[in-house]
Order: sequence, then C-alpha cells, then structure tokens
Amino acid sequence: MNIIDRLGMEQMKKNIPIFKAGDSLRVHVKIVEGDKQRIQVFQGVCIKRHNDGIGSSFTVRKISDGIGVERIFPLHTPTIDRIERLSSGQVRRAKLYYLRKLQGKAARIREKRWA
Amino acid sequence: MIKGILGKKMGMTQIFAIDGRRIPVTVVEAGPCVVLQKKTVATDGYNAIQIGFGSRKAHRVNKPEMGHFRKAGLGAFAHLRELRADNVDEYNVGDEIVCSVFAAGDIVDVTATSKGKGFQGVIKRYHFSGGRATHGSMFHRSPGSIGGSAWPSRVFKGKKMAGQMGNERVTTQNLQIVDVRPEENLILVKGAVPGPKNGLVVIRRAVKAKK
Repeated sequence: MNIIDRLGMEQMKKNIPIFKAGDSLRVHVKIVEGDKQRIQVFQGVCIKRHNDGIGSSFTVRKISDGIGVERIFPLHTPTIDRIERLSSGQVRRAKLYYLRKLQGKAARIREKRWA
Repeated sequence: MIKGILGKKMGMTQIFAIDGRRIPVTVVEAGPCVVLQKKTVATDGYNAIQIGFGSRKAHRVNKPEMGHFRKAGLGAFAHLRELRADNVDEYNVGDEIVCSVFAAGDIVDVTATSKGKGFQGVIKRYHFSGGRATHGSMFHRSPGSIGGSAWPSRVFKGKKMAGQMGNERVTTQNLQIVDVRPEENLILVKGAVPGPKNGLVVIRRAVKAKK
C-alpha cells in the first residue's frame, strides 16, 4: 500500500454502520460552544454517498419548518459522534437528487422489505 | 543548524483537525540526506553545504561524478543540492540530515520543478480572455495586438506571448508544516507543492518567516 492510502487509513473510523442512499439516518454531531461540548442530532434521508477514501462524505436531507435542508458530512470527521441507521429505503438509484423537486407525500421513500 | 532538506513528493491527501476541519496536505518523503561537501568563503567564495539524497546504482554514475562521490566515500546519490549555511563548521562530511530538523508549525518554502505543459498559447499560459467562439467571430484564442505601429515600432521586452509553460523552477512560499514523522521520514506540508509525484523537492525555512 502506498503512503497516501496508508495515511488515510490511519484516520478512518472503523465503526461506521453500513448505510446507503435512501436510508434514514440520525447523525449525532459534536458541537463545541466556548469550552462546553454538546451533541446535536441531524435526522433525515441520506441522498448521496461519495466514496473517496478518507475524503468520503455523505449528504443528509431533511425538511425543517417546510424548508429543505441538506447537510454534507465528511464520513470520517471527528466531529461526528455516531451515525444511527433508522430504516433502509427501497430506491433505484445511488444519488437521490430527484427528492429536491418533490414535496410531502411524493417525497417519501418506500421502506426496503427484507427477503 | 540550517533548516533545509531534500525530499520526494508522494502526493496529496487530507488530515482532520480536532475541530473537524479538513486540512489539505502534501506528503513529502524527506531525507535522510547526507552532507557530501563543505563549501567555504576561503575555497569557494561562499558558505554552503552540499547534501545528497536518494540512492543511485554505481554503474549509472559517470566518472567525474564518481570521483566526487569517492571523496566523501558515502556511496552514490541520485540528487545533489547545496544549502547556504552561515556556519559551516557545525557540519562534518557524512553528517545525516533527517526530517526532524523541522517540527509541526514551522513555516517553509518549497522549491521544485513544475510540471511541464509544453508550448502553450496565451489563454492557458497567462489567462488572456480570448474572443467569442461563434456569431461570426473570427477572433478565438489569439493574443490580439502586441503593440503600437508608429510608436514604438517594436514589441516591448517581456510582452506576454505563447511559449513554453511549466517545467521551470518554482518556489511556493510560506507553507506550514502540519506534521513530521521521523520514523517514516515523512513531512506533511499544508497545501500544494510544485512538481509531479515522485519529483524532487527542496524544503527550506521560509525566507519571509518571522524569526
């Protein structure tokens, strides 16, 4: 393995749950205010996963007070305390950009049925 | 000790800061370098040390170089460079310079030969804006006028024109060292560094750094 990959591997988290686009997630983010630290939860649908070693990221979309909010998290950032997978969705593509144009009932994602 | 070392650019990656910021870093395999020759005002007119980096097979070395390497008696090196030194006396031939001459937080200048781009026009080389592509335009990527006719009746020296781009010595100033790993001979420099992967880079204390 080359040095660049190895430096990335060193910083990667080992305990990331398996999830993909369409899954509902609850992301626990560490927030530092002055000298205090607290956990904030961001809950929504994962609409995108970008796989690039240590540079990997994922995007979570939610509707907050009627306004769509998307947050892009670096997958391996130390500010994420943990990621919870609430449910996995049945989707037919990897990037769910079409959700941005949909509202209400149309923006729902069918839950995956396990065989 | 003067702060300077030769290294090989390995590529770029990123490091997470404690607060979650992503810091882009260039990984340089720096040293170990060996002092091969001391140059002094008395003999050469200036004070410097010559250092070697990277191994080279003996049969790839030509005879004049071999003579020079024999004098130091430390084997053949792939790259030789000089570093200016105020006080040459603190060095001996055969001294090793390792990457721990730098520490995290140091500000450095990095010198290398930039990637060659070949013969390029003024748009790529100097960011000229060029003309429009369509609507009857016959002026696309040309440089335009290069000067007056009656006066000065010549083209000024230094006029930006098409020509060789890249493959020249470039120094990027004031880069911060993010991390030093002596056990692996690695230096992590914040930001980009000139040149291709596996290219030779010279890392020196920044000229403009506050002392």
